[in-house]
Amino acid sequence: MANAKPDTDLLKTPLHDLHVAHEARMVPFAGYAMPVQYPGGIMTEHRHARSAAGLFDVSHMGQAILRGADVAASFEKLVPGDIASLAVGQMRYTLLLNDAGGIRDDLMATRIEEDGRFALFLVVNAACKDADFAHIATALEGEAELEILEDRALVALQGPHAESVLAELAPGCRDLVFLEGAGMAVDGVEAFVTRSGYTGEDGFEISLAADAAMAFAEKLLTHDEVALIGLGARDSLRLEAGLCLYGHDIDETTTPVEAGLSWAVGKRRREAADFPGAVTILKQIAEGPSRKRVGLRPEGRAPVREGAPIRDAGEQLVGKVTSGGFAPTLEQPIAMGYVSAACAEPGMSLQIELRGRSVSAEVAAMPFVKPRYKRS
Amino acid sequence: MADRKYTEDHEWVEVDGDAGVIGISDYAQEQLGDVVFVELPDIGKILDQRDEAAVVESVKAAAEVYTPVSGEVIEVNEELNNDPSLVNTDAFGEGWFIKLRLSDPTELEDLMDEATYKTFVAGLN
Repeated sequence: MANAKPDTDLLKTPLHDLHVAHEARMVPFAGYAMPVQYPGGIMTEHRHARSAAGLFDVSHMGQAILRGADVAASFEKLVPGDIASLAVGQMRYTLLLNDAGGIRDDLMATRIEEDGRFALFLVVNAACKDADFAHIATALEGEAELEILEDRALVALQGPHAESVLAELAPGCRDLVFLEGAGMAVDGVEAFVTRSGYTGEDGFEISLAADAAMAFAEKLLTHDEVALIGLGARDSLRLEAGLCLYGHDIDETTTPVEAGLSWAVGKRRREAADFPGAVTILKQIAEGPSRKRVGLRPEGRAPVREGAPIRDAGEQLVGKVTSGGFAPTLEQPIAMGYVSAACAEPGMSLQIELRGRSVSAEVAAMPFVKPRYKRS
Repeated sequence: MADRKYTEDHEWVEVDGDAGVIGISDYAQEQLGDVVFVELPDIGKILDQRDEAAVVESVKAAAEVYTPVSGEVIEVNEELNNDPSLVNTDAFGEGWFIKLRLSDPTELEDLMDEATYKTFVAGLN
């Protein structure tokens, strides 16, 4: 990891002692000591999140509030999403872009209202947060102000039982649908709750004061349906859901079009062509990109891993795997990677290099596992 | 039990006559987590001590298994193709990997006995 620190310098989330008490295996991740798995193991944790409710500590992620006279217009200078059209409480997945149209980070932005004024609540990736916040603050200096929320924890509760469990502590969570958020009391504590997540399941992400997080997490864990889930299963869950992992499936060298994220480029924004890298991105939308992110299903049971070369039937190198692993829900290996556009049609047969031999893999539509978001 | 010998990479070999059964330790399977695939060598393959004998894939990552002793592969555990999780549930028994015909039994002297290995693992935590 680029910014790994020695173990002794690792930051701790507000739930660190909870992980240790639950015998998590802690690993360095983006400068934090994070639980990769608990004694139950990744497979069990993964299935628990798909069948009941998984509790994830994602407090390492960056949280901030952006305020300004016309905060949506300001933020749109940095992202291709239609932010101005968001209603209060609406959340959107968007991308911080560089001038070449590459992806600096992916993030969630929610429009909130504070004392009659609009603001944006932002959640960004842990490994990118320092760079993201510096970029936003500098780029929007004089028109918008960024308040980094250092003293907030972020907890995700994901799975088919997430709503029934959270509703006991915050009945108002039932009123939210997918990609909506609202401030509400959770067990008497002020919190901002969004119906969102990174698993493909229905669920919530709860932002609350760091010093209230432990009591909240422990209360959730008193429910039989709730179990702690580590980063290992978080990764296998998001891979099944076809969601990108920043630094692997998307980075500064990939554009939203190549990444299959053109839907995150708003219609009005396309017409205005007023976002970083617009020339490159709009040209790729019009003409098609030279390479695309695709889902892959290797034959057999052997997982293919990040970095594995991908070849076509004529043994020509056409791309490489960016994420790969075993899908506990499907009980077979799955992967995603970039391939040249000519090889990106679902159903096409490609070859992935694995330990000096070739494994056949079919280009597959994503998500691999049908999402169960609550859309209405 | 008495003749099970270990490497510092957590492989074990159990010798019976001129044949040795090879697997990974309980500590190793715990570190790996849920095993989802094991790649086994072809029967008849000649392996030198420390050669890669198999690859274990967990949900998250791949790990190589090196043979503790030299020899010819005379049997592989086909059951692992049907149920790779045997490595997790019974690392010292049903979760074995390969059987070798030892070419140099003196290599066993390089390996740790049960008590030494236990002390070695305790020192890792």
